[in-house]
Amino acid sequence: MQRVLVQSKTFDVETEYRRLVGEFPGAAVVTFAGYVRDHCDNGNVMALELEHYPGMTESVLEVLGQQAEARFGLHAWRIVHRFGTLSRSDPIVWVGVVAEHRTEAFQGCQFIMDTLKTDAPFWKREHLDDGSACWVASQCQDEQRRAQWYQPQEEK
Amino acid sequence: MITVKFFSLVREALGVQQLDLQLTHEGMTVMAVKEYLVSMHGEHWREVLFQPNVVHALNHRVVDVTTSVEEGAELAFFPPMTGG
Repeated sequence: MQRVLVQSKTFDVETEYRRLVGEFPGAAVVTFAGYVRDHCDNGNVMALELEHYPGMTESVLEVLGQQAEARFGLHAWRIVHRFGTLSRSDPIVWVGVVAEHRTEAFQGCQFIMDTLKTDAPFWKREHLDDGSACWVASQCQDEQRRAQWYQPQEEK
Repeated sequence: MITVKFFSLVREALGVQQLDLQLTHEGMTVMAVKEYLVSMHGEHWREVLFQPNVVHALNHRVVDVTTSVEEGAELAFFPPMTGG
């Protein structure tokens, strides 16, 4: 089963969940789904355009999933991320992980989300209801969240 | 020959999505490629490619400007990523 899907078409979270867990859910399952916001600092969002770097996107997401698997002992993981033009409330990203215990499952899912935000080559442009459009700038707090996973004292 | 790709704001600022480039010498670094591109296309390219937050990816991996670019490589320039 392919663990990374980068696609323009929408996805169904129940279907993705079933693909993740198969017939047996395992001991601990954590999933995250991200959707297009209806607002931003500049106004009301009508659509979100997601550009990506084909080839690099898939390989980065695969590496991040493998890192999470090794670091948190995940039994399974799956990442789905869309590109193209999305409407407000459309699903953008879905991450699901299976682990032996809840702590590893929560951490594995959060690690993948925190790192893909800054490491996976996607760029967002928001289209507002006044007809304007602007590229979304990277957030300092996203870099900080990513950095927390790589601090030497993190492993306790 | 290498392939150079541009994404997002960098692509828009340069008005180019992709180009092929003949390396001028062996062991050319990412920095040398950037200087070469500026020499070919003008100072506007310097303003874009030398912005401090521009990310460089060589064969789908993020690298720094001291990395050597091999024949046949794919080099990309883009702004910080905003996935998720």
